[in-house]
Amino acid sequence: MNDMTSQGYVTPDGRQIGGTLMELKNITLRFGGVVAIKDISFDIRQGEIRAIIGPNGAGKSSMLNIISGFYTPQEGEVWFKGYRRGPMKPYQVARLGIARTFQNIALFDGMSVLDNIMTGRLNRMKAGFLAQAMWWGSAAREEDENREAVEKIIDFLEIQNIRKTPVGRLPYGLKKRVELARALAAEPKLLLLDEPMAGMNVEEKEDMSRFILDVNDEFGTTICLIEHDMGVVMDLSDRVVVMDYGKKIGDGTPAEVRSNQAVIDAYLGVAHD
Amino acid sequence: MIYREAGDFKTSYRDDSQTFPIRLDRWGYYITLAVAFGIIPFVINDYWANAVLVPFLIYAIAALGLNILTGYAGQVSLGTGGFMAVGAYSVYKLMTAFPEVNIVIHILLAGGITAMVGVMFGLPSLRIKGFYLAVATLAAQFFLVWLFNKVPWFYNYSASGQINAPTRTVLGHAVTGPAATAPAKYLICLVFVFVLAWVARNLTRGTLGRKWMAIRDMDIAAEIIGVNPLGAKLSAFAVSSFFIGIAGALLFAVYLGAAEVGEAFGINKSFLVLFMIIIGGLGSIFGSFAGAAFLVLLPVLLKNLLVGGLGWPTDLAAHIELMIVGALIVLFLIVEPHGLARLWSLAKEKLRLWPFPH
Amino acid sequence: MDQLIFAAEVVLNGLMAGVMYALVALGFVLIFKASGVFNYAQGVMALFAALTLVGIQNGQVPFAHLINAAFGTSLHHFGWTVPSVLAILLTAGVMVLLAFLIEKLVLQHLVGQEPIILFMATIGLAYFLEGLGDVMWGADIKTLDVGLPQGISDTVEQVTANWFGYGFFIDRLDIWATVIAALLVAALVAFSQYTKQGRAMRAVADDHQAALSVGISLRFIWVMVWSIAGFVALVAGIMWGTKSGVQFSLSLIALKALPVLMLGGFTSIPGAIVGGLIIGVGEKLFEFAIGPMVGGATENWFAYVLALVFLVFRPQGLFGERIIERV
Repeated sequence: MNDMTSQGYVTPDGRQIGGTLMELKNITLRFGGVVAIKDISFDIRQGEIRAIIGPNGAGKSSMLNIISGFYTPQEGEVWFKGYRRGPMKPYQVARLGIARTFQNIALFDGMSVLDNIMTGRLNRMKAGFLAQAMWWGSAAREEDENREAVEKIIDFLEIQNIRKTPVGRLPYGLKKRVELARALAAEPKLLLLDEPMAGMNVEEKEDMSRFILDVNDEFGTTICLIEHDMGVVMDLSDRVVVMDYGKKIGDGTPAEVRSNQAVIDAYLGVAHD
Repeated sequence: MIYREAGDFKTSYRDDSQTFPIRLDRWGYYITLAVAFGIIPFVINDYWANAVLVPFLIYAIAALGLNILTGYAGQVSLGTGGFMAVGAYSVYKLMTAFPEVNIVIHILLAGGITAMVGVMFGLPSLRIKGFYLAVATLAAQFFLVWLFNKVPWFYNYSASGQINAPTRTVLGHAVTGPAATAPAKYLICLVFVFVLAWVARNLTRGTLGRKWMAIRDMDIAAEIIGVNPLGAKLSAFAVSSFFIGIAGALLFAVYLGAAEVGEAFGINKSFLVLFMIIIGGLGSIFGSFAGAAFLVLLPVLLKNLLVGGLGWPTDLAAHIELMIVGALIVLFLIVEPHGLARLWSLAKEKLRLWPFPH
Repeated sequence: MDQLIFAAEVVLNGLMAGVMYALVALGFVLIFKASGVFNYAQGVMALFAALTLVGIQNGQVPFAHLINAAFGTSLHHFGWTVPSVLAILLTAGVMVLLAFLIEKLVLQHLVGQEPIILFMATIGLAYFLEGLGDVMWGADIKTLDVGLPQGISDTVEQVTANWFGYGFFIDRLDIWATVIAALLVAALVAFSQYTKQGRAMRAVADDHQAALSVGISLRFIWVMVWSIAGFVALVAGIMWGTKSGVQFSLSLIALKALPVLMLGGFTSIPGAIVGGLIIGVGEKLFEFAIGPMVGGATENWFAYVLALVFLVFRPQGLFGERIIERV
C-alpha cells in the first residue's frame, strides 16, 4: 500500500484522508461448495471514496454484503472503528453506522418518498410506544426534528417536488436518488453504494457522480462503492480494489491500478476490447 | 368552499403531516364526529343499533386491527376469529370473576390478553412468510376454537357450553346484558372505536408504522436499514391482536350477549374481517371503516331487497350473498387491490383538480 | 400388547386417511407448481363437485330454488336418474368448464400479481363457489352413492383376527378410497413425468418466461392444471361425500391438505404424499393417545399445529428447496 500509512494520506486534490475505518482481514466466503470470495484483505480509510471493481461474478456484491452484515464469512475478520465485529444481524450492523443502497433498488414501494427517507432515521427515533400511540410530546417532537434533518437531505439531492409521491411511481433515476437519500438520512459513518450508476444514462450518471462527491465533501462520509463503469470509478475514487474470481488482484490509487498488468489482463483488457 | 389545498399554507412540519391536510376533509371529520356523538345517540333505535351501527363499529375495530397486521405490516392472518374468541372469553372470565371492576377495564384487559396470545402465534412469522404464515395462523384459529369448546373452565362449566354476558354498567347505564339500551351499546362501542382509530392513526404514521410498512414492502431491505424484524413483526401482532381482542370482547359482551365459540368465532369470522380490509383497502384506516360498513350493510340490503322486497326465502338470499361477496373479493383484487379507500382517494384527487382535467 | 394392536389399527386407519389428504394436497401442488397460485378453493371445489354429482345423479333441476323464488314455479327434479358412471363423466365435464371459466375470468386478470393477492383471490373464489353450489343444488345434506362398497370389511377382520387374535375394523370404503387415491396419485405422477403436456406443465412451473419463449401456451397449461385439480377434487368429493354425506364440512376436511403441504413443501409431489401420510397417522395416533385426556376432537387442529411447529424449524418443508435470500 505504498506510502499510505494507517495515519492517513493526502489525495491529489488535497483532501486529508484519516486512519482506518474498516478493515477486512483474510475474508473467505463459501456458498456450499462454491467459493465466492477467497482470502481477501483490504481496508477503508476515514473520509475516502473506496471502490471495488471487477468483472461479473468476481464477488463484489458478496463483499458488500459481508460489510453490511447480510452474509457472514466462514473465515476472516471484520474490523470497524477499531473493534472486531462478531457475527451480527444486518439491522445491528446498520445501527453501528453503516448504510447502503442496492443494485436492484430496494425502496419501500407502498410508501411516499418522504416516508422512505424517514425510514433511514428509524434508529434515531426513541419515543416509547405509549407516546407514539398518543402522539404525545416526545413522539411528535422527534418526528419534527427528524423531518427537519430529512428535509435537508431532500434539498441536498434536489428532490423537493416529489416529496409526497409514492416511490412506486418514480422513474428509475429518481428512485436511485431516493435510495441514496434514505441511506444518507441515517447519517452513516460508512456508506455502501452497490452499483449506484447501473442502468443510468450519461446525464444521470454525471448527476449521481456529483452527488457522491458532494456527500463525501460536505458530510465527510466515507464511501465504499461497487461499479461497473470504469471511467466513473477512476474519476470518483481515491483507491480501488480489483477483484476477479473471488480473489483480489489489485489495490491502490486509480493510476496504480490502471497500470497493474494483472488488472489489465483480467478486466480492463476484456472490458475495453 | 372548494375542495383545494392551494391557499391553505402549512407553516410547520407538524401541520404538513396532520391527518387531514385539506380543510374540507377536516371539517367533514368534525361533522362526522358531531353527528356520531351528538345526534345519533338520541335518535337510535333497537333495529338500527342491532342490525347496522353496533356491528359496524365492532367490526371496524376488528378491521383496524387486522389492517395493522395485514395492510401495514404485510402479515396475512386467518386467525382473526380465534383471536376475537380470546377477547370474548377473556372478558367473560373477567366479568364473572371480578364483577365489581368496571367493564371498560375488563375489555381493555381482554385486549391485552389477546395481544399476548397474538404474539405467541406470531412467533412463527419470523421464520415463515406469505401464505405459509397465512396457513399457519389457521392453526391459531382451529386450536383456539377447540380450546374454548373443550375446556369447561373457560365457559364456567355451563351446561350449554355457551357464555352469557351478565349486566354491567358504565356511569350508571347498563351496557351489557338484557337491560342494555340501544344508545348505551352504541355509545360504548363508539368511544372504543374513536380512541382506537386515533391510536391506529398515530401508530401507523409514526416510527412504528414506518417499520411495519418497511417490513411489508421489502423485509430484507428493512432489516439492512436497521429494522429489527422480530420487533416489528411481533409489535404488529401485539397491536393487531389487542384491537381484535377488544372487538371480540365487545362483540360478545355488548352485541351478542351470548355466544357459542364455534358459531360466533369460527373461521368464517376470520374471512369476514379479511374481506372487510380487502374491500375497504389494505393499509388504510379509512378503508377499515369503509370495508366494515360495506360488509355489514350488504347482507342487510340484500335481505331487505330479496327477502323483504321480492319475497325470496332467507336461505337463498344467504347463498346469493356468499356468491356476491366472493365475486366482489375477486373483482376488487383484480380491479382495485387497494379497495374502496383507493377509489375514494382517486375521487378526491379528481375533485381537487375539478373542473380542470389535470 | 392390546394397546399396541389398537395402535396398529389406528395407524392403519391413519394411513388410509393420509392417502386421501395426499390426494387433495396433490391438487394444490399441481396448481401451485404450474401457476404459482395457492388455491384455497380446492376444498370447496371438492364440495362443489360432490354436490354437482349428486344433483346430476338424482336429476335435480339446477338453480331450482332460485327459479322457483323468481318465477313462482315449483321445480325440483326432472324425474329421471342418471347412472353413476355417466354422472361422474358429466361432473368431470362441469369441472373442466369451471377450470376454463376460472382461467378466463380470474387468473388471466391477475397475472403477475403477488402470490398473496392470488391466494386471497382464491379465498374469494371459494366463497363464490360455495354460494354457487348452494344456489344450484340446495344446501341440505345429501347422501352420495356411486356404488362404492361400504361397511366393515369382513375379510380384513377375519385375517387380522387369525393373526393377532383381534379383528381390525376397517371400512371397505376406506380400502377402496385408498386404492383409488393411490392409483390416481400414480397416474398424476406418470402424467407429469412422461407425457408431453406433463413436461410442458413442469416447464411452466420452472420458469414462466422461459416456457413461453419455447412456445408453450400458458393459458392452455393453466386450464389443464385447473381441470386436473377439479378432477382430483371430484374424486376426493366422491370419497368423502360417500363417507359422511355431502355438506359444507366436506370443504373443511379438504382444508387438511394445507398443513400437509406445509409439511411436504408446496412444490413437491413426493412431499405431498409423505406429508399426507404423516398427518393422517399423526392425528389419528394423537387422538388415540392424548385425545381422551383433553376432551377429544383434536383432529380439528392437530395437523395445523404440527405443521406450524415443524415449519418453525424447517421453513421450506420436508422436500421443499432451501430458499437462499438475495439482496
